[in-house]
Amino acid sequence: MGKYGDYIWSAYAVFVIVFAIDAIAPRLSRRRVLAEIRGKLKRRAARETSP
Amino acid sequence: MNALTLWFHKIGSPPTFYRIAGAWAPWLFGVAIVLGVVALYGGLFVAPADYQQGDAYRIIFVHVPCAWMSLFAYGFMALNAFIALVWRIKLSEILAMASAPVGAAFTLVTLVTGSIWGKPMWGTWWTWDARLTSELVLLFLYLGVIGLHNAIEDRRQAARAASFLALIGIVNVPIVHFSVNWWNTLHQGSTVRLMGESHITGAMVWPLLVMTLATHIWFFASVFARSRVGLLELEGGKEWARDVALADAPRDTVTAHG
Repeated sequence: MGKYGDYIWSAYAVFVIVFAIDAIAPRLSRRRVLAEIRGKLKRRAARETSP
Repeated sequence: MNALTLWFHKIGSPPTFYRIAGAWAPWLFGVAIVLGVVALYGGLFVAPADYQQGDAYRIIFVHVPCAWMSLFAYGFMALNAFIALVWRIKLSEILAMASAPVGAAFTLVTLVTGSIWGKPMWGTWWTWDARLTSELVLLFLYLGVIGLHNAIEDRRQAARAASFLALIGIVNVPIVHFSVNWWNTLHQGSTVRLMGESHITGAMVWPLLVMTLATHIWFFASVFARSRVGLLELEGGKEWARDVALADAPRDTVTAHG
């Protein structure tokens, strides 16, 4: 890569890192949303069974 | 209703789209990654060095496809925003809002890689010229849409308000595209043209085109994955979303409430 190696590799690294985050982000938020839905169901079930 | 409208309504119903997007997203991600790796390899090791810029031009293989995608994503977002505002289709609101973070990612990568390219070629990380400034405005528009969408409690109202902002911001898209022709700028003109001759040789152009394909596929993969989450969030109280949540639960929580 000659004298520009650092520039090239850092540009490619930025590209890879940003899209790694882009791929992981929806997986994490999906887990959070599903846990929230389950939490709501659980609370409602608890309300219904309590006297 | 004719067959097309019927098909559109069926696809547009949240549980159906959730299922279809879920089936497609992993494949799209996979294909995008394979194509992306091929293109990166081609760009780094197969394409010859540029006669003027040496190896530094290799940044083009990530910079230019991302720059194209930053505009494509905005167009997709604005189109869905328009449909969402006019016909109030739930899925379009979700798709518009799902494209904002992906578009922002493409814009960010464009700006950062451009800056890294600018330092050795122009001698500066940044200059306030038309192309760079309008691309920065594009990033702020994406961030504005995301911010507005998060700032309003009611999800559908939030999506409509943010869609409105997205629609107004579309004026910036032609400004970004034509800025290198309209103003004197440090940024070079178009290298690849749809009409007429491209200013690039074959061994350099194929990694660029493969990466362009990869980034388009990636965009839809990411939008699908994000809109699935958006649909779950919007329809959390509905039967189908509950079924998804329960099916996904760790074993002990499922047995805890039947």
